[in-house]
Order: sequence, then structure tokens, then C-alpha cells
Amino acid sequence: MSALRTPFFWGLLVLLGGVGLLPILNGSDSMREDIFLVLMLVILASSINIIMGYTGYVSFGHIVFFGLGGYVAFYLMLNHQVHFVPAAVVGGIVSSLIAFLLGIPVLRLRGAYFALATIGINEVVRSFVTNFDPFGGATGMFFNYEVYNGYGGSKNALWYAYYAILVVALLCAVSSLLIKKSRFGLGLLAIREDQDAAQVLGIDPARSKVLVYTISAFFPGLAGAIFFFKNGIIEPGPAFDLLRSIEALVMVMLGGYGTVAGPIVGAAVYEQLRAFLITNSTFSSFHLFVAGFLLLLIVLFVTAGLVGWLRQRAPRLRRYLE
Amino acid sequence: MNIDALSASIVDGLMIGFIYGLAAMGLTLIFGVMRVVNLAHGPVIAVGMFAVLLLAQNLGLNPYLGLVIVMLLGLATGIGMYFIAVHRVIDAPELTTLLATFSVNLMIIGIGTVLFSTSPRALDVSLGSVRTGAVTILGTKLVADLIAVIATVGLYYFLYRTRAGKSVRAVANNRAAAELMGINSTWILALSFGIGIALAMGSGSLLATLFSFTILSGTVYEVKSFVIVVLGGLGNPVGALLGGIVIGLLEGLATISPLPVGWVPVIEFGVFVIILLVRPTGLFGAR
Amino acid sequence: MRLLPSRLLLLGISLATLFGAIACAQPSAQPAPTPTVAPKVATSKADTPAARTPAASAPTARKIVIGFTASNTGAQNLPSKKQTEGLQLWLDTVTKAGGIKLKDGTALMPEMKSYDDESKTDRVQALYTKLINEDKVDFLISPYSSGLARAAAVVSEQNGKIMITTGAADDSTMEQGFKNIYQLYAPGSRYLVGAIDLLKDLDPSARKIALIYEKEPFSTSVVQAAQPYARSKGYDVVLFEGYDPGTTDFAPFINKINATAPDAIMGGGHFPDGTTLAKQLYEKKVSVRLVALLVAPPEPTFSEIGDAAEYIVGPSQWEPGVTYSPDAAKAANLPWYGISVKDFVSGYQARFNSTPSYHSAGGYAAGLILQKAIEDSDSTEPAKVKATLDRLNLMTFYGNVQFSIEAKTHGKQVAHDMVYIQWQKDSANKLGTKIVWPPAAKSAGAQLRK
Repeated sequence: MSALRTPFFWGLLVLLGGVGLLPILNGSDSMREDIFLVLMLVILASSINIIMGYTGYVSFGHIVFFGLGGYVAFYLMLNHQVHFVPAAVVGGIVSSLIAFLLGIPVLRLRGAYFALATIGINEVVRSFVTNFDPFGGATGMFFNYEVYNGYGGSKNALWYAYYAILVVALLCAVSSLLIKKSRFGLGLLAIREDQDAAQVLGIDPARSKVLVYTISAFFPGLAGAIFFFKNGIIEPGPAFDLLRSIEALVMVMLGGYGTVAGPIVGAAVYEQLRAFLITNSTFSSFHLFVAGFLLLLIVLFVTAGLVGWLRQRAPRLRRYLE
Repeated sequence: MNIDALSASIVDGLMIGFIYGLAAMGLTLIFGVMRVVNLAHGPVIAVGMFAVLLLAQNLGLNPYLGLVIVMLLGLATGIGMYFIAVHRVIDAPELTTLLATFSVNLMIIGIGTVLFSTSPRALDVSLGSVRTGAVTILGTKLVADLIAVIATVGLYYFLYRTRAGKSVRAVANNRAAAELMGINSTWILALSFGIGIALAMGSGSLLATLFSFTILSGTVYEVKSFVIVVLGGLGNPVGALLGGIVIGLLEGLATISPLPVGWVPVIEFGVFVIILLVRPTGLFGAR
Repeated sequence: MRLLPSRLLLLGISLATLFGAIACAQPSAQPAPTPTVAPKVATSKADTPAARTPAASAPTARKIVIGFTASNTGAQNLPSKKQTEGLQLWLDTVTKAGGIKLKDGTALMPEMKSYDDESKTDRVQALYTKLINEDKVDFLISPYSSGLARAAAVVSEQNGKIMITTGAADDSTMEQGFKNIYQLYAPGSRYLVGAIDLLKDLDPSARKIALIYEKEPFSTSVVQAAQPYARSKGYDVVLFEGYDPGTTDFAPFINKINATAPDAIMGGGHFPDGTTLAKQLYEKKVSVRLVALLVAPPEPTFSEIGDAAEYIVGPSQWEPGVTYSPDAAKAANLPWYGISVKDFVSGYQARFNSTPSYHSAGGYAAGLILQKAIEDSDSTEPAKVKATLDRLNLMTFYGNVQFSIEAKTHGKQVAHDMVYIQWQKDSANKLGTKIVWPPAAKSAGAQLRK
């Protein structure tokens, strides 16, 4: 647990927590909405980084756990009147469980094969849910607006959702740091560099990979549960949107993969960039093009990602920037 | 299951399979040569669709003549894309190119939506049809299949019989060694990227003669291409054609099975994942 | 090459500053509302007789802001664009007429504030919250499509804002207990009802209907309502299956449909799939007598599939050929309000150089209904406008509009009728759309496929 005594840990906590507290302090609804989205993406990007950055396994279809967590939690809230916090936790656990079961066979694949298999899994689950009537099939599920009365009205419910996503984001970031700094994490990095050599060193790659995959599925499950609780509606398309998965990968690479801060910075920069362009009338319909262009510039000239680049440029910063 | 529907669906599945295969070929070529997963693959297919539509509607060009121009255009676009978006990061960590090609994806879709909106477009091409019993064979599909086969054979010939093609394979095998042999790997990579994009845009043009489309239609083929590419053996362009046929047949048969048609993608992607687990090198790849 | 990194550093720093600035600007901008909106808030609070007397002598103008998100990018781009154009035309018309007049002489000048929602629910709630809290909009219009409208409705409702939904036909959205959401479109459950009636009228011998649909929320809810209706009319629903939204080739599915030998095929989904389906049904020479498809047929580019478009029937919320008029209103014993159909069509053509679709009409009507409600309540206070909307029952160029006031379905559209178009060839062998149903509105008789 020595990772908890580093300056980086406290910096992370203060920065992420501080940003997260801003809307709570000034009570601004629109700021809360903006930061909610950023935090949700931080969770998605960080959890992809836990599997991808530390082991080199690119989980292209990681969004499947976001959708699964969302669906399981929504089902519990809608049909069994479960409070959203326990429902979200169950959603996260089910996501993890499924990741565990899937991980055993799928993680035997390497490189691009694994990446493509995760896309296949996401598509299987999406089309399965589309045909699965208990989950509402193609029309999905939705709350009656009165559901929010149980949380003191929808206004309060949105704040609860915000607190929840903030807590999950912090948990996710701290877990990411703890994993990286632990013996377990070092083992993972060894797998990333050379799986066979890692095995010789006494690391059990199969076990480690499945375990880390299971962990990395937990947080998106929670995030999905919270997001769809807040939305009041869940449909297969938006729940298992492969594009969102790809965007999360982009955030990881943008920030710098394999670092703890990278995905957080990447998610914040990507989301703020998109939000700024979308709401800025100068770019109006061209915002997608401009976003692509800026992204390309960053990619071409800051190949290691923003955090990776900082670490390269200023080695002294490395102590403070994991 | 009714025998008419069965025979008709086998034929239909087979016919579309060739085109699926062609659509995936560019993706697998680019991956095979430079380990780049081209996330702009779908939008590029859509650009091919619109290019042939514009040529036909504005210049009155026959779509098949248009196809040749579109592919040449694709070659140039691809080479340009390589130098602008890929070349600088070709030696960066493997996944960096994901971001680069994704940026290109955003740019194409962004501009495309402004230019064409998402209104459904179609090319009205008819080459008649042959009908025997329940089986209908469309002239347009037959020609598209033929072109897919010619493109595959052409690519095979290029890769195995021409000097440039051999260089492509050498670079794919071992770039450093190829350079030691005096091959200018930069140009070979650019050329391969160009051919990959030309194939993608060409398949888009053919798809446009068959189906209605919007600027976003490429995405579906991109996801399908990922599947096909693995079935055919990752990085094996000729295998992609076979992978496409397998997927086409699978879709045809799954659709008319007693299961509701909504389950087709469950079967399709389920089979894909299982094959991947059992035989990751693809159905036709060497072990 | 040594120069490059330092320039990059600059780029990085400027980007960082940019984002920093955005992040910092937000909270500081928060407490002070923009000056342009501030007086408006004051006036609406001072909407008392005392404030009214001096205003009567000197007419004042103030603005009201109407907020919404539009899908400038993504799958819903086309219909959403048309919807926004319709709303824009309404805004131009009102502005030219000197605004919405209140009894005290105040002229309300409407303004639009909109953002791109990318056709995705992700940012919808954030953007509507921004519209309400930062842009201080007075009224909301929904995004296009049921899913986006539903996500927006949650935010609108919790802030007590009135939202007119257009381009959102889903029934279930309006059965969620919302109190401030008003639906303009005839709900999805009615989309195919007229097509079934049309079939009954046109070909009494038809018995078997195949209902096929895209497996996504809107199309699914439409056919789920059509199925019991078809059965109640004595039809045998021989096939009831949904296809995946990613379906590219319909040939095998058509073989399956063919095996059930239906007399009519109804359903479909959205743009590219509906058009491809029509094209392939034609190519495979499927011998059904009526094909009715959702969403795609009213779109002008539908005719790009050539002869395959002929005979295809499609439900529409509104068509340029509809016969709503002050006279029709009188005959139906309803008040008439607003622009004539002819003026709307010609105005739209002049402004946007294209024919208005039903999405355009829905956009205009959303503004128009809001205008009527503000005029009738002589206020912009949500409670008063809401009371007026609850009572509203009238006819406009868009057709009849009345909202449900039952608690369970509050705000649901109960009066608006759909029309059905069919692609037919005229004497010059040129394809065009004709209204073929209902009988009162038709411009041509429907034709069976040969």
C-alpha cells in the first residue's frame, strides 16, 4: 500500500476530487452535467487502461460491460424496485462475473485476435439483448417518471447519480494506481512486455489476466448502471454502442496508455474538446471535422499521449505523474 | 424449412458473400502489411458509394466505368492518407495508429454529413435478372461478384507475380530486412495503404449499385469486415474473399432458419467468436 | 527537426490554456446571467396589471428564447435538419409580423438556441440542462426521434419547463407520467392503422399480412400496435419478425417472407433499410398487393430506386397536399389558427429551396402551437401556458391538434391524423407521391401492385 503514500496519489485525489466537488459547491446543474459526462468517460477510459495499458490486451468491445451493468441494474430497479445504489453494485458484480467467465477462454487469444473477439462479444450481447424480452427487447426499458420520487424527486436523483459517479471515478482511479504499483501490477507489466518470459519468472499469466479483466469490467458496469438510471431509459443501441468503446480507447491513447493519469487526462481533454466544439457556434456543423483534425494533430506530434509526453520531456515529473 | 426458400437463400448468401469479401479485403491488406487497424475503413466505403453516385448523377457516367475512376481515386486518396495521417506514427506504439485513423474517420463523417446529410441515396442500376423457380439471380449482383473475383485475382497476381507486389510481401514479413534489400519501405507502405483504400472504395461503389445507402452506411460493413478478416485469416487478402462467402452463406441460412430473423446477428457473431477461440488463425489460414 | 518540438510545446500549452479557460469560465459565468436575458426574467415576474398599464401606451418588445438540440451529425441528421428548418420558418414569420403580441402591447420576439446532439443520448441531458440553466430558455422543443426526446423530457420535466415534442412519435414516452411535455406527432401506435384500413378498402379479398420491422424502439412499437389491430380486422398475421438494425442485404429475409405468401407487407424501419427493402422486393418480383413502409417513402430521394418505388405506401404526419383549411376547420367545428398550407409550402420553398417534409411541418407546428398557447394565456408563465395547452383543440395547416389531459397519458397527441402517401406514375410515366388515405384527404386513388 506504499502507493497510497506517494505525492501522486494525493495529487490525484485532490485534483479529481476537487474538480468533482466544484458543481457540488456552486450548485450548478449544467456544470454537474458536464462533469458527470467527463467522470463517466474517465471511468470507461481508466478501466480500459487497466486491462489494455497494463497487460497490452486491447479490449475493443469493453463497452459491453457498461451496457450489461446498465441493463442488470435497470432491470432490478424497474421490476424489483431495488434502490439504485445496490442495483448498481449488482450490475457491476454481474459485469465482473461475466468478464471472468468470458475471460478464461478469450484471454488465451493474443493481440489483434483478442481485440476482434471483444468486438464479436459486444455484438453478440447487443443482438441478444435486442431479442431478449425480459430486458424489453428492441424497445428497451424505461422508468415511469415517478420512480424519481423515491429519491426525493428527479432533481435530487440527478444529484445522487452525480455523487455516485464521482465516488466510482475516484475508486476506479485509485484502483488503477494500486494495481499498477502492486506486485500484481508489475506482473501484468511483465506480461505486456513478454508473456513467455513472465511465465518463466513465475507469474501465472492466465490467472493474472483473467483477474485484471474481471476488475476492469466492474467499473464500467457501475458507470452504466448510474448513467442509465439518470437517463431514465435504456435501449440496446446506446447501451452497447461500439463507437463509445472506440472513443474510450482513443482517450486512453490520447492521455498516454499504461499511465494512471493518462486516461483521466485523455477523457477530460477529449470530452471538453468535443463539448466545446459542439456548443461553439463558430464551428456549428463542422465540429466533427475540427475534432478529428485537432485529434490528428495531437496524435501525430504527441505520439506517447499527453501524459507520456510530459513524462518524457520532464523526467523529474515522473515521481509525481504515474 | 421450405426448400424453395433454402435454395434461394443459399444462392443469395453466396452472391452477397463475394461482395462482403471484397469490402473486407482492403482492411486485411493494410493490417497484414503494416499492423494498422484502419478505423476509417467504414467511412472510406461510404465515400466510395457517394463517389460513384456523384459520377453517375452529375456526369452521367456508367457506374461500372465510374468504379474504375473511383478505385484510381481511392489509390491516390489512400497514398495521401498514409503520408498525412499514418506515416509519422507507423513506428509508434501499435495502437497509436488507431487514433490516427479514427481522426480521419471523424473528419470524413463530419464533412460527409455536412455535404450529403443522412438522406438515403440509391443508384438505379438494372441489368435484368434470371429466374429459375424460387431463385432469382440479379444481373447487378452477378457483375459485382465477377468484379470481386477479378479484383481478388488481380491482387493475388500483383502480390505474387510483380516486383512491387513481392516488395509489399517482403515489407509485410520484415520491414527492416526488406529495407536492407534495398526496398524503399515508405513507398511500399504508402502503396499498400493506397491499394487497401482503393479496394474499400471500390467495394463501396459496388454496394451502391445493390443497396440504398447513407453517409453512415459504411459502419455496418466495417464491423462485418472485422469478422470476415478473422475468418479468412488476419492479413490474408485472398482469405477475405472466402471469409466473406462464409459470412454471406451463414447469414442466408440463419435468416431462413426457424429462428426469428432478429437472431441472425447473435448466430453470426456467436459463430465468429467460437471460431476465433477454436481456430484463431482463421478458417483458411495456415496453423 | 529541433524546432518542431518547441512549436509543439506551444501548441500543447495553448490547448491546455484553452481548456483551462473553458473550465474556469464556466463557474464564473454562472452567477451572473447574461444581460440580454435578465430584463426578460424581470418582466415575466412583473406580469401584473400595474406593470401592464404603462406598457399599453408604449409597446415594448422583449425576447423569448426557444431551446432545443438538433442532430447536425449522426443518423438522425436529415429529418432533424428539416425539423429545424420548419421551426426557423416559423420564427421568420413571427419576426416579420412583429413578434407574438400580448394584450398589454408587449411584443415577444422569439429566438432560437440550439446545440448538436449528434443523434446520441449521451449529451442530450447535459445540453438541455445547459439550455435551461445557462441560456435561460423560456420554452423547449424536443430533439428529433423518440429516444432523444425521452432523455430530454426528463430534464425538461424536472426543471418545470414546457417542452413541445415533435419528431417523437413513441407512445411509451407519453405514458411515463410527465406533466409538462406535449406531443405533436400522432403516436406510433397509429402509424400502420390507416394502412390496414386502406388494404381493407382496396382489396377485400386480402387475408394475410406480413409485419416486418427493424429491431429498434420506434419501429418495434409501431408493429406491436399494428398486430392486434390487423387481427381485429380479420387479418391473418402470417409473419411477425424484426430484423437487426445492421441488416444490409434483405434477400434471404425476402425469401422467408415469400414462403408465407402474404397479400401485404407492412413495417420496415428507417431510411436506408426501408429503401433497400423496397428495392429488393421489386427486384425479387415479390407478388404482394400492398407494401407499406415506415419513414423512408415520404422522403423525396426515395424515388432514386426508380421503378422499385412505384406502389410503395408510406404513413406521413403531413404532406404538402393535405386539405386542412379554415373551411375544413369550420366544418369540423374547430377554431383555425395560423398559416395556410399553401403559404407554408411556398414560404418553405422560397427560404430553403426544397419541398417541406412532414418533419419540416412538425417543426413549424411546434412553434405555432407555442405561439398560440402564449397568445391565449397572454403570458409566458409556464403554469398559464400549460393550462392553455391542456385546453387546446384546434386545426392548423399541420392538421388537428389536441393533447390528452388524462393523468396516465398526459400530453399525448389525441387528435392529429396521419395521411398515407403512395408513389405512383403519372401520365408522363414520372414518379410522384399522391395522398391515398384517408378518403377525405386523398388526392388520388390507391393502386394495388401488379
